[in-house]
Amino acid sequence: MRYVRAFGRFWWDFIVGDDWRVAAGLAVALGLTAVLTHSGVNAWWLMPLAVGGLLAGSVWRASRE
Amino acid sequence: MNTSEILILLGAFSASAVEMVEALTIVLGVGVVRGWRSTLIGVGAATIVLAALVAALGPALTYIPIATLRLIVGALLLAFGMQWLRKAVLRSSGYKPMHDEDEAFRRERAEAAAAGREEKAGLDWYAFTVSFKGVLLEGLEVVFIVISFGSAQGRLGLAAAGAAAAVVVVTLAGVLVRGPLERVPENTIKFAVGLLLTSFGCFWGAEGAGVDWPGDELSLLAVLGFLGLLSFVLVRALKRQRVALRPSEAGA
Repeated sequence: MRYVRAFGRFWWDFIVGDDWRVAAGLAVALGLTAVLTHSGVNAWWLMPLAVGGLLAGSVWRASRE
Repeated sequence: MNTSEILILLGAFSASAVEMVEALTIVLGVGVVRGWRSTLIGVGAATIVLAALVAALGPALTYIPIATLRLIVGALLLAFGMQWLRKAVLRSSGYKPMHDEDEAFRRERAEAAAAGREEKAGLDWYAFTVSFKGVLLEGLEVVFIVISFGSAQGRLGLAAAGAAAAVVVVTLAGVLVRGPLERVPENTIKFAVGLLLTSFGCFWGAEGAGVDWPGDELSLLAVLGFLGLLSFVLVRALKRQRVALRPSEAGA
């Protein structure tokens, strides 16, 4: 059980890292992009804006902690 | 060679170089104190595991449809790249201490000297396991970047060549300097790699989600420029905030 937990922890740190909100936000933004493009809107602008917003929010929160 | 191929080569080389500098510090710290035989066997074993991973995962990914692959790789690169970029912004603005290879080398040496001696399979087990784990963990990030970069663009060989060149350069530099490479501008390179990973992630992730980028690959440069400018603005704003909150650190 200890090894399973350590394995899960490794991958969590590897992919999600210090701020889970960024990973969650990216997943939502990618999902929204897929929904919009499949509805006929070429939402190329969404990901750069989402990434910029998430980065700014994350470093701002970290600076306040 | 087109724009994205040049960026893939640069990205794989830079990312691998900074990770290898960190691995080199661990290997040197252990090797100098505990001897080289077990340390280098640990390095060799980790290298074999990493090469096997690339050999197994690389071709396996070619069976996944390119749009799905780009969506998955884009999402992973975004998650990974944002971690690098976030840390780089926080380090550059003074909210996180800079990574210090010299300090890491001294810590590694002290721990290696304090550890007890245990022989297993004719090896100094401490030297073997620490160098194996160090190279494997730092190398996993390299493998991840090489496979992501290479597979999403169908240029695995190019990304692997960039990484291999970095391994050769860092190893040669380590042999020549005979010490940690503390003069490598590691944080600056990490900033650049974070920008590259995030930009590629943004580009491929959106493309995998069905987006048709205006200007095709030229959009990649625009995304890179936008995120670079934003990061610069964030560093400036956070520096100003830090000085305003703690005026005594104004000169720091």
